[in-house]
Amino acid sequence: MTGYLTALAAIVTREALRFIHQRERFVAALVRPLVWLLVFAAGFRAALGLSIIPPYQTYITYETYIVPGLCGMILLFNGMQSSLSLIYDREMGSMKLLLTSPFPRWWLLMCKLVGATAISVLQVYAFLAIAAAFGITMPMLGYLTVLPALVVAGIMLGALGLLLSSFIKQLENFAGVMNFVIFPMFFMSSALYPLWKMAESSELLHDICAVNPFTHAVELIRFALYVDFNGAALGWTVLAAVVFTAAALWGYSPEGSGIRRKG
Amino acid sequence: MTGIRVAHLSYSYGAKTALNDVSFEIARGAFCALLGPNGAGKSTLFNLLTRLFVAPTGRIEIAGHDLQANPREALAKMGTVFQQTTLDLDLTVRQNLSYFAALHGLSGRDRDRRIDAVLDRLGIADRVREKARTLNGGHRRRTEIARALLHDPAVLLLDEPTVGLDAAARRDITDHVHGLASDGTTVLWATHLADEVAPDDRLVVLHQAKVLADGYAKEISGLKPLQQAFLDLTGADA
Repeated sequence: MTGYLTALAAIVTREALRFIHQRERFVAALVRPLVWLLVFAAGFRAALGLSIIPPYQTYITYETYIVPGLCGMILLFNGMQSSLSLIYDREMGSMKLLLTSPFPRWWLLMCKLVGATAISVLQVYAFLAIAAAFGITMPMLGYLTVLPALVVAGIMLGALGLLLSSFIKQLENFAGVMNFVIFPMFFMSSALYPLWKMAESSELLHDICAVNPFTHAVELIRFALYVDFNGAALGWTVLAAVVFTAAALWGYSPEGSGIRRKG
Repeated sequence: MTGIRVAHLSYSYGAKTALNDVSFEIARGAFCALLGPNGAGKSTLFNLLTRLFVAPTGRIEIAGHDLQANPREALAKMGTVFQQTTLDLDLTVRQNLSYFAALHGLSGRDRDRRIDAVLDRLGIADRVREKARTLNGGHRRRTEIARALLHDPAVLLLDEPTVGLDAAARRDITDHVHGLASDGTTVLWATHLADEVAPDDRLVVLHQAKVLADGYAKEISGLKPLQQAFLDLTGADA
């Protein structure tokens, strides 16, 4: 077991070192949600009226409403960023080094997933700290209770990134992921507007949003930030994480196709 | 006792056959060159030997371990130098080796002792704190060979390791790896350059997905230079 943990520590450390070497990535990861929070939300506040919906007990500002969605946005973009890193590793050959280790392949990929999630969660906390500095705060205990929700959501979105990386043939094709995965997942969710608002304009869109795993990840985070628990959101997020992880592990198995993209 | 045994291995990319019923054996402690022109199937064979791919038919044994049935044991006995560099250029030589050591479950003092030993063996101990990005091509290759030896493998696979190196660095690395075989490591050295093969080396010639010749280099070349014999065998123009 010690050997397994040694491999885990090394892979997580390497992910962290890579992140430290890419400071621009950290800045970009923070600037993106902050622009939404401080510019988009300010403009949108007047246009969008929000009624009291769980977990909120009182009327809230729009800036407060979108904080959980922006936490999800950081996790979503990081999940896709880790997918990009995996494709880069495959093109550069370093993925071969990882996959020829004697440890089981599922363990090696899970280590990658844990490393990517840890970095994502740290970025979410940095974002929450900056949001608090601008006066958008959550209950103090919420900053603690949100941690497991962020981990579960981060693993689910990281697993999606892992899955996508096993199917994307080349780095150049990553733009398609932006158009067909990130944007639809983000906009067709409860990140920017509650689902009942969506239902007012289109029942079909509402139904699509309701099955989007990102919606459930955002709701899991939203409830946890207010020291509340949303069992259905947890169930859907875990289910999506299991499905994405299983498909990604198959994609990277010797029988699958993940590494074969670049022989 | 065999270091590597490959039996009736076939592999296709869709309709294109990359390997067709390939079989050969390499004794423990032997240096075997896998000579073939570009596109002969060498890299596919390496991907199968390292279990990046799985062949639908055939069998591979590494140091007596069936790769399909016991992948962990087989991979633990194998060191690999890929054609394309796999160093993390932003990490130092020691960090690169430490990362690989951890992927083989090595840690602590044992890891540090092994890193010092292999770097010393490859003559690059003074580069340990340098970032991989600052190393020249020859030193990067030495670092990769040192890394592949960290876990004391019984079998060393090298896929065209001298690509992009100057003549002196090529000679240096070729001689060094021949020395490793003399010390008991089974070496499979893939190349398309006949001058990297010594007359006493085992030689497997791969061409158009098949084994064209298998024996000692001096036997296969006969009275001709190996380069000419290789061109004659593969039907290429001199």
